Amino acid sequence: MSEPIIYELSSPGRCAVSLPDLDVPESELPPASLLREDLDLPEVAEVDLIRHYVNLSRMNYGVDVGMYPLGSCTMKYNPKVNEDAARLPGFTAIHPYQPEKSVQGCLQLMYELQEFLKKLSGFDAVSLQPAAGAQGELTGVLMMRAYHQARGDFQRTVILIPDSAHGTNPASTTMSGYEMVELKSDRRGNVDLEDLKAHLGNNVAGMMLTNPNTLGLFDENLLEITRLVHEAGGLMYGDGANFNALMGVAKPAELGFDIMHFNLHKTFSTPHGGGGPGAGPVGATKALADFLPGPIVVAEECLFDTVTGERWEDVKDALGEEEGWDEEIEETLCRKGLWYRLEMPARSIGRVKSFYGHFGVMVKAYAYIRMLGAEGLKEASLAAVLNANYLQSILKKVYPLPYDRICMHEFVLEGRIEGAEGIRALDISKRLIDYGFHPPTNYFPLIVREALMIEPTETESKRTLDAFAQALIRIAQEARENPQLLHDAPTKTPVGRLDEVRAARNPVLRWQRQG
Amino acid sequence: MTYVPHTEAERKEMLAQIGVQQIEDLFQTVPEAYRFPHIELPKPLSELELMAELREMSEENTDLQHAACFLGAGAYYHFVPSVVNHVISRSEFYTAYTPYQPEVSQGTLQSIFEYQTMICALTGMDVSNASHYDGATAMAEAVIMSLSVARGRRKKVVMSPTIHPEYRETVRTYTRGMGVTIVGDESLSNDLGALANMVDDETACLIVQNPDFLGRILDLKGLADIVHAHRALFVVCCDPISLGMLRPPGGYDADIAIGEGQSLGNPLSFGGPYLGFFACKKEYVHRTAGRLVGQTVDVRGNIGYVLTLSTREQHIRRERATSNICTNQGLNALAAAVYLAALGKCGLSKVARLCYHKAHHAARLIARLDRYEVRLAEPFFKEFVVRCPMPVEELNATLLDDYGIIGGFDLGRVYPDMANHMLLCVTEMNTAQEIEALVEALEEIAA
Repeated sequence: MSEPIIYELSSPGRCAVSLPDLDVPESELPPASLLREDLDLPEVAEVDLIRHYVNLSRMNYGVDVGMYPLGSCTMKYNPKVNEDAARLPGFTAIHPYQPEKSVQGCLQLMYELQEFLKKLSGFDAVSLQPAAGAQGELTGVLMMRAYHQARGDFQRTVILIPDSAHGTNPASTTMSGYEMVELKSDRRGNVDLEDLKAHLGNNVAGMMLTNPNTLGLFDENLLEITRLVHEAGGLMYGDGANFNALMGVAKPAELGFDIMHFNLHKTFSTPHGGGGPGAGPVGATKALADFLPGPIVVAEECLFDTVTGERWEDVKDALGEEEGWDEEIEETLCRKGLWYRLEMPARSIGRVKSFYGHFGVMVKAYAYIRMLGAEGLKEASLAAVLNANYLQSILKKVYPLPYDRICMHEFVLEGRIEGAEGIRALDISKRLIDYGFHPPTNYFPLIVREALMIEPTETESKRTLDAFAQALIRIAQEARENPQLLHDAPTKTPVGRLDEVRAARNPVLRWQRQG
Repeated sequence: MTYVPHTEAERKEMLAQIGVQQIEDLFQTVPEAYRFPHIELPKPLSELELMAELREMSEENTDLQHAACFLGAGAYYHFVPSVVNHVISRSEFYTAYTPYQPEVSQGTLQSIFEYQTMICALTGMDVSNASHYDGATAMAEAVIMSLSVARGRRKKVVMSPTIHPEYRETVRTYTRGMGVTIVGDESLSNDLGALANMVDDETACLIVQNPDFLGRILDLKGLADIVHAHRALFVVCCDPISLGMLRPPGGYDADIAIGEGQSLGNPLSFGGPYLGFFACKKEYVHRTAGRLVGQTVDVRGNIGYVLTLSTREQHIRRERATSNICTNQGLNALAAAVYLAALGKCGLSKVARLCYHKAHHAARLIARLDRYEVRLAEPFFKEFVVRCPMPVEELNATLLDDYGIIGGFDLGRVYPDMANHMLLCVTEMNTAQEIEALVEALEEIAA
């Protein structure tokens, strides 16, 4: 199975789209020196275009195809109604600079989503602007920096990050001009408290902590960690990538986090899109709220004309300055309501992107939260933890489980099989593909040898979990009896294992015409 | 609705397998004082109620299917062919993760490879990455790459004042901790000559936008030579639709071409999600941020695609990565690729020319009105500046309330010297009748 490159379907003069004729007089074009000579884009018919992309789509595996237990990615089912909601023309055909009064619906949705996220996390303020988790992290570290500097404290230059952290944490730290210091994990998979104490001091701006961490474990000393960091004058940043274990279970702000990002594309069911768009809203406590990026949406109570629904202020203006408007008349003509507007937080670090964030993604997350409600969200987190522990309890009999305790929404096995020493985690993953499953996350976190990081999510049924566990058990058998099956895997895919070394050594990053 | 498929019996079996009595027993490590807090959220809705509520909320907005739009300024109302939405609605595309497992991700990978190819063709550059969050962050990443190319030895960035103001703000936020000095955008009087003079041996890059934020097409020939004489990089931010007719950044020797890709098949959606495109000369490929897809072969000798040069990226290089970017705008980039392939060579050129001629027609008609002034002297693409006889906010309110027209961008909001100046945008979506209606409305409002 292979599909030609779209340029190979091209023939000069073809176009898959009909456009209107020019209905105004032509104007003189700019001088030729400002114009381009050629434009090498494909020229294809609509039917060939559609077949091309449908054929490509069939070479992809998505959550709608099967279980996608990719650790730390929360590949839960993406409800279809969310897609319809985000495509309502009253949401898609809205320009971000339209007058405030013509976008009250968008602003209301954003305001309510900010409120929902505050309620779930315990934070006092939320900015929806950050585009993804990594951008949320950069935002958070820049906020820490702004906070310390606003207090005249310029000596803090270090961010502490556990060795189990996502790679984005150290990268975000460097981008913000801070230096990172790595903390060791202890034998139970917690942050090593002694190592933390050894590194705390007045040069520490704060700590970035993913909790549950990337081993899927809730740190047993969390309250002690947040206390120690605060005592040293540092701030706690929460990487919310694993918030799917915590909805209705605990509020990060109550646990001592000062700032945290949410991944709407993980916890709140918005699809990953083959690598985005995501959304990484950031929440903060009162002390840090003013530093959030923006604009964010604020609401103020005001009067609305009961008949037209317009803001009374505007109606009154239009009617002119007339005598005799008193409160009594307003009471009969008006109802109270909320007016929404955009506002930059007082001491904002500035904007981290254009406009207000990924509105289309927000609509999907909003729809999800409204359909589940508080109880449903809690049930989702509970079931995510149930599913992970169920799989862990079966699979730890077959694969080494380095941190053997009750996990949260994910767990990490070692991809090693006794009696099959030549087998690596990658071989196991690739063989899973032949069984119809997407592989777990491989080789991460770095503190586990041959890591297989498994996050089933709450939307997989027991039947699917059983089939997945059976596949991994059978693969362990195959590894001992016929390891070649694993080395050759996958065999049922459009392509076999790809030569990544060749790709990197001699990069071919675009298609070029032969000759 | 929770989308959790378990029955009560299944839950019990699972708990028994784990060896606990009840599901709450799995949460012993969560500090008891904070465990299972009360969360106050509105009552859950059924799917039917949800859609009714959202439809009502969305109808509180004035959408552009019900108003003529002359607003641009970085987000544009362009035609999106039906094929785009049909392709990106294939759930094999939209429910997939980043293609870390290439054998089951060839669809995503090949479509990004094709996207990279088309962005290179459009911009005239050698290499394109798989996308950034938007035009603003693509610009910030271009600045960071320029600093990295200079190995941290150059800390000055020269930025044109007619770059989108929000992009300039974003660059400032991103570089807050990098000890960078940004000059050039203090005053609108800093023209290309003045900016070129600011480039020196401390400069990492010069950034200009073309067409600029005021819609003008700039003649950038020769500027690269000045920048390169100081061994700095030349970064150009451009409107991809304009590249249907205008000379691309590669044609005047830019080192990095970036821009907002929303116009390529993505709806306005109140500001996002969009995509930033990012392309550069091949000698800088190892310093780029973001994902790159490369061609290779599999064990059977078939052509296939993989994410490549990942040693630049955060998941491998951690604190030494070129950027922290992980998730980008995969599905928006797919939409852009489908758009470019559907329109193709002739289609994109036609869209660009429709915008150009309609904008010029509108500008000429408005220039004839009393009390309005249009700068027609310099070449422009689809946007132009109109000096109005009253505050733009006031004018826009009347346009919307009395004529159902979304007016232009209030330049006074971002340039103190430009109070009462409006940036109008005309695209292929605006019919001759809409343009006439706008002109008449402007005339009546000023009368």
